[in-house]
Amino acid sequence: MAVRRRGGVQGYPDVPVDLWVTCRKCGGMHYRPEFEAALRVCPSCNYHDRLDAAERIALLLDDPECFQEFDADITAADPLQFSRPSGSYVDRVAKARALTSRNEAIVCGVGPLQGRPVALGVMEFGFIAGSMGSATGEKITRLFERALHHRLPVVTVTASGGARQDEGLFALMQMARTTAAAARLGEANLPHICVMADPTLAGVTASFASVADIIVGEPGATIRFAGSRVVQGTLRRRAPVEDHTAEWVLRQGLLDLVVPRRELRETLSRVIGHLAPAQTAAPTPNTAAAVRA
Amino acid sequence: MLEFERDLDELREHIAELERDAGPDPSSQVARELAVLQLELEARTADIFANLTPWQRVQLARHPQRPHTQDYIDRLCSDFTELHGDRRYADDPSVVAGLATFEGRSVIVVGHQKGRSTAENVERNFGMAHPEGYRKALRLFDMAERFGRPVLTFLDTPGASPTLDDEKRGQSWAIAENMARLARLRVPVIVTVIGEGGSGGALALGVGDRVLMLEHTIYSVASPEAAAAIIWRSSDHAEEAAAALGLTAPDLLRAGLIDRVVPEPEGGAHRDFDTAAANLHAELAPMLQELCAQDIDDLVNARYAKFRAMGEHQHIAAV
Repeated sequence: MAVRRRGGVQGYPDVPVDLWVTCRKCGGMHYRPEFEAALRVCPSCNYHDRLDAAERIALLLDDPECFQEFDADITAADPLQFSRPSGSYVDRVAKARALTSRNEAIVCGVGPLQGRPVALGVMEFGFIAGSMGSATGEKITRLFERALHHRLPVVTVTASGGARQDEGLFALMQMARTTAAAARLGEANLPHICVMADPTLAGVTASFASVADIIVGEPGATIRFAGSRVVQGTLRRRAPVEDHTAEWVLRQGLLDLVVPRRELRETLSRVIGHLAPAQTAAPTPNTAAAVRA
Repeated sequence: MLEFERDLDELREHIAELERDAGPDPSSQVARELAVLQLELEARTADIFANLTPWQRVQLARHPQRPHTQDYIDRLCSDFTELHGDRRYADDPSVVAGLATFEGRSVIVVGHQKGRSTAENVERNFGMAHPEGYRKALRLFDMAERFGRPVLTFLDTPGASPTLDDEKRGQSWAIAENMARLARLRVPVIVTVIGEGGSGGALALGVGDRVLMLEHTIYSVASPEAAAAIIWRSSDHAEEAAAALGLTAPDLLRAGLIDRVVPEPEGGAHRDFDTAAANLHAELAPMLQELCAQDIDDLVNARYAKFRAMGEHQHIAAV
């Protein structure tokens, strides 16, 4: 897991790279076992460090072993035969696959959250910055459709740079596609809770994530419409210096709440309990198998 | 004037000059010369427009003299009552919306509105809508459904306005809510890209039963400048981005992401607003008739299926 290796101690080659972590935000150095025990929340500045999908699933579900993943075999095609100066899209996808051991920028499935089965979609930021391409959109759409079919609440966790440019208008249309699927879930009065993690940007902020019934920000997460590079590139002026943190977005009235990571699972469970249809069967691997079918 | 139009314009001027000098009754020699020049103009125009590069299409789509939403409404509809404001915050002049009569039928029209002069462009924020513009549109979508009136939208924006104030008022939320509403709206919706279809700011008015593009328009995941800023980390690469993104009307028709390309008059819509509008009218009229005749549940299901099918993925062994 690449995120884990980010720490390290510059200038101290003898210190094992794995033993210390540097906070992405404040630069504070922390003893890794303590940092992990604190759910990767910086004890100095309260920055909630990025989690990969596996870590997030372990954080949210009662038992990650009970998570039944769907559509793990879906991956990006290359509709435009797109290439950047830094390499072809096909190569980027291949590298992302090798880096994350995932085939796409989201992991979807079903699993128990405090005893209740939920359809869970967790974005994998390490996969091309969590960007949303056709395959990502396909998986998100299937997540909503499955949840609708089996009358399950949906939890999505977003961490994304936005639409995947390499797929051109195909990528843009994933905004419409996933939002339409989310809207259909809403018509059936099934709750959708979105956790906006760091960062949630552009085409993901402006689609299925923002139409959730309840939107939870992670402390310190950057949440915005226009990325700073785009603002600078198109308006020809420096991006605003404001942080666009979850707390700031909450003050604008756009989030329901900002929840510390330690309380996230309990909070999600509580709000789903208030909104979801009464649940009878306890989740078993069989429930999951039925949902997958 | 665009660079590739300059030659044509010189030729056009030359012809006009000759005609002026010759007066109402030109000699047979001058008449012959004029006819030859006219043919040459047509041939050269056809040649240039048959081989437009993606970047030239971008330039045409943004041509300051191009007809904008209001110009099409004036020509397509026999009356138009503009309605203002989102009843929440403000009226956004970069979105024009209202009630109109199209083909004898009451319709709701909504479109991005660019300006022509600099002053008007500042007023209309160059067609970059604010959240209140999208919420005005949303208010009219709701009205359309309640009164059973079909919706015609016109897309012409470089993108949604990306300033801090727009963030504060929930630009992402406004766009997402519009897409969700349009995706499920229980009246027919026809979308036409008349200039620039820029990113989420365009798509916020772009979810419909049919999506048309005028011949020299673009529709893109991000404006070429924004895409270049993301991909090349500099908007100076906009021309390369335009070529790579497959954003022209013929490209998108081939990709199956739009339904129809509406031909423009020779030399582009900006040369002849009336013909451009007439061509669009000829596409819209039967299309709207057909959609209005459909069962509304079927229509909404078909709209879902239409966007559901947009995307290309593949299956490989799970890692």
